[in-house]
Amino acid sequence: MRLGSRPGLLGRSFTALVFLFLYLPIFILIIFSFNEGNSSSVWQGFSLHWYSELFQDRLIMSGVYTTLLVSLLATVIATAAGTFAAIGFYNMRRRWREPLMAVNNIPMVNADIVTGVSLCLFFVAAFGAWNGFVSWMETTYRLTAPRLALGFGTLLIAHICFNIPYVILSIMPKLRQMDKNLIDAAQDLGCTWMQAFRKVVVPEIKPGIINGMLIAFTMSIDDFVISYFTAGAKTSTLAMVIYGMTKKRVSPKINAISTLLFVVVLLLLVIVNVRQARQDKAAAKNGHAG
Amino acid sequence: MKKITALTLACILAMGLFLSGCAMDDPDNAGTSGSPDSSNSSGTSEGKRELNVCSWGEYIDLSLIDEFEEATGIKVNYQTTDSNETMYNLLKTTGGGFDVIVPSDYMISQLIEEGMLAEINYDNIPNFSLIDDRFKNLSYDPENKYTVPYTWGTLGIIYNTERVTEPVTSWDIMFDPAHAGDVLMIRNSRDAFGIALMSLGYSVNTTDEAQIREAYQKVVDANEAGVYQAFVMDEIFQNMEGGNAAVATYYAGDYLTMLESNESLAYAVPEEGSNWFVDAMCILKDAQNVSEAEEWINFLCSTEASLRNMDYIWYASPNTEALEMYPEWYEEQYGEPLDMELYEIMAAPQEVLDRCEAYLVLPAETRTFYNDLWTQLGT
Amino acid sequence: MKNRLAWFSAPYVLWMALFTVIPVIMVVVYAFTAVDLTTGAVHPTLDNFAQMGTYAVVFVRSFELALIATFICLLIGYPVSYLMAKEGPGFQRIAMVLIMLPMWVNFLLRTYAWMTILSNNGPLNQLFQALGIIDLGNLVNGGLNGLCAWLNGGAVELLNSLLGTDFALSTARPTDMTYFKMLYTQGAVVLGMVYNYLPFMILPIYSVIIKMDNSLLEAARDLGAGSSRVFRKVILPLSLPGVLSGVTMVFVPSVSTFAISKMLGGGTKLLLGDLIELQFLGGAYNPYLGSAISLVMMVIVVICMYVMNRFGEGEEQAVML
Repeated sequence: MRLGSRPGLLGRSFTALVFLFLYLPIFILIIFSFNEGNSSSVWQGFSLHWYSELFQDRLIMSGVYTTLLVSLLATVIATAAGTFAAIGFYNMRRRWREPLMAVNNIPMVNADIVTGVSLCLFFVAAFGAWNGFVSWMETTYRLTAPRLALGFGTLLIAHICFNIPYVILSIMPKLRQMDKNLIDAAQDLGCTWMQAFRKVVVPEIKPGIINGMLIAFTMSIDDFVISYFTAGAKTSTLAMVIYGMTKKRVSPKINAISTLLFVVVLLLLVIVNVRQARQDKAAAKNGHAG
Repeated sequence: MKKITALTLACILAMGLFLSGCAMDDPDNAGTSGSPDSSNSSGTSEGKRELNVCSWGEYIDLSLIDEFEEATGIKVNYQTTDSNETMYNLLKTTGGGFDVIVPSDYMISQLIEEGMLAEINYDNIPNFSLIDDRFKNLSYDPENKYTVPYTWGTLGIIYNTERVTEPVTSWDIMFDPAHAGDVLMIRNSRDAFGIALMSLGYSVNTTDEAQIREAYQKVVDANEAGVYQAFVMDEIFQNMEGGNAAVATYYAGDYLTMLESNESLAYAVPEEGSNWFVDAMCILKDAQNVSEAEEWINFLCSTEASLRNMDYIWYASPNTEALEMYPEWYEEQYGEPLDMELYEIMAAPQEVLDRCEAYLVLPAETRTFYNDLWTQLGT
Repeated sequence: MKNRLAWFSAPYVLWMALFTVIPVIMVVVYAFTAVDLTTGAVHPTLDNFAQMGTYAVVFVRSFELALIATFICLLIGYPVSYLMAKEGPGFQRIAMVLIMLPMWVNFLLRTYAWMTILSNNGPLNQLFQALGIIDLGNLVNGGLNGLCAWLNGGAVELLNSLLGTDFALSTARPTDMTYFKMLYTQGAVVLGMVYNYLPFMILPIYSVIIKMDNSLLEAARDLGAGSSRVFRKVILPLSLPGVLSGVTMVFVPSVSTFAISKMLGGGTKLLLGDLIELQFLGGAYNPYLGSAISLVMMVIVVICMYVMNRFGEGEEQAVML
């Protein structure tokens, strides 16, 4: 669906300028991934050696793996949970909704370090109690259960925690925009409330859901402080590896891996778009033929 | 009270269910659930040896980790952080999880004071004998019971010879309005006030509040006179390499890295003296894998590992043989002789070290005082 | 009906109780305690809040910069969302990801890149130099200096003699600049905030505008509304929920941001995020004071948001009527 007529030259150049603003630093850092030297400000000639060194750096490679895994999982879970929560909030009485939305906003307000430290303290206390309980079970009943420690699980929980508020905030405006009578109408026409949810509400708020997903993924990928306090001794994300380098300097290998990831996503986007465009064309043709 | 306990228990149970469901990346609880006999599930009883290290990023030739793993079969989990303070906070909040850490001198003495480090059994680290005596029994660990030095170096002034023509010999240049807007101050209270203390002729470890306040005032005055372009940490690389600033204070090893991208940079350890630092490997008191930790430390003390680390990170090693052999080794590796002047910047000669002073941990009140002053500077 | 769907949020409310409320309780407990430096004993106290006055400057600065950044984001983000919604289907399919994509590159690298761009010898200054903009700046400054000197000699002197004041216009604008100082200014901090949070403003607004009922717009036009009137009376009010979300998602994290100001602002003018971080990761480990600052910040932000949402919802209902 498109809103009115296409924008004019002035509008287009404004949009182009904003995109230039967003992508300018990305171009700069891509350029320096091909730098012969180790600087991110002085050009010393073209070289690909950072790319070859990158694949030998196990810290970066495992960091990338953990980051992708935790970000994707957290995004999927947070988006699903956030969608339900948003619909729930929307259908609440205002008296209940307002305080709950305020609580929902708290993880966004809180400084990262505070969220990180308090989650960490909470996990440590809870695990301490649990592990004590397991020891007690072992000595008295010869029963055992897994002991818990900070690790991927806690990292994932933390990421879900700070993602959900953003998902809810992205979906809320779409819900407000939705015609309130739609759900009632669907039910009058014989939908169960679950069907009403699936067939009426979700398609209506889909852009909001996609939006929330994108924002959640972005927050996850970029987070350093909270991950740092919840990941334990054996797990580290790419962002943690990068910040760890700042005691000395961030290696251009990081520019290289960022460039690779960036290009892969860009390629995926182009492929999706081209395929979709072809399908649209084919559909249009069939439509004409029929 | 009962309600709270019940609630807490319910929360913990729910968490336990959730966590055991989402396959934690923790070998400790793999395969132990349900079998009542495996009561000794803590630690690494399953024959798989591992080691958890916490160090700085880009602070080791990574191929050394692979070699160590191949040689010993110990899996190394290598975690990095960005500062001593971050690491300290992590240790305090998580209550551990690491075996070996590599803090700097002043942080070591703080950790010893708070009883967080384990005494090391040096019999299991034969390569400790290769460490130069100059780096043993240092003030942060006077009887050398807790530490094995990893790297050392000096703090000094890095300047651009195109913009500062006369050679730099004094800290005064860090406060000189003649270079207004061209000086980069270090963004950390200990070093920034330390520089001012040294230029005033005081000890960097002073606890005299009047002296510290004087140093603070010196930094404030210079800041108000517009001497500082900015307070920076790792951004210093970009700024000095790109010629955006003329004078900065940073570590010798990092100067050598900058030199690769900008040849007109020079380095000086001022006449008043300076700070020299040691980063040393320590074993935490609650370490789970002590014998693995000892093997790791011993491995990194070897001459071969020291040489390669020195070459990779440009920070000097405390290994006597490595220090002697490095110029020769360098020539073999790269087919060109090592510039001895640069080598002396990395591994400062004794007469330079003699006028330098290591940071010691300050009493809690003084640390708070530093922090308060630093905050004032930024408000 | 209404109540049934409300139960959808029950699991999340439980989750919040566990992972949001418990940490907040911890913050509150920490904020009201302190440790005795000599004995190491922890005791309840209000001291942490007594110190808050000294940090008032930081509070004001943080909220001010966050507000400016939010306003600029809205100023740029709204038209962009609107213009993007008018583009063809091919662009729209990937528009959202395209807006977000730069943010998937690590924050530190993006900031380093901005530092390179804005630095004194950086590409932007070189471009200005080549285009003669810097010389123009010198010329303008020289002209202004001259003008001010002339005014100082005439009108200002007259005013001073009338009012008995000692007022003078500055004549010390630099005329020998070889670069514009862009890095390490408050402007650079705002730029950093705008850059990092602009997508969070564009996305919600765009997602609302894109699904706007075209028939509504046509109806408005058919009823004789001009395009500016259609925008003011139909599009703008209908997109308000998106704007509210966007403003929240930009303003709230901007207030507590820490690395941006440190890296782009030169590290001398602390923001709240830096101040809190300093308590946890500075030379002195003082999570108690850090928690107190954080608590005060939280309360202020939550009140701001509450007021804004209230106002927003009222507005929305007025539109519906």
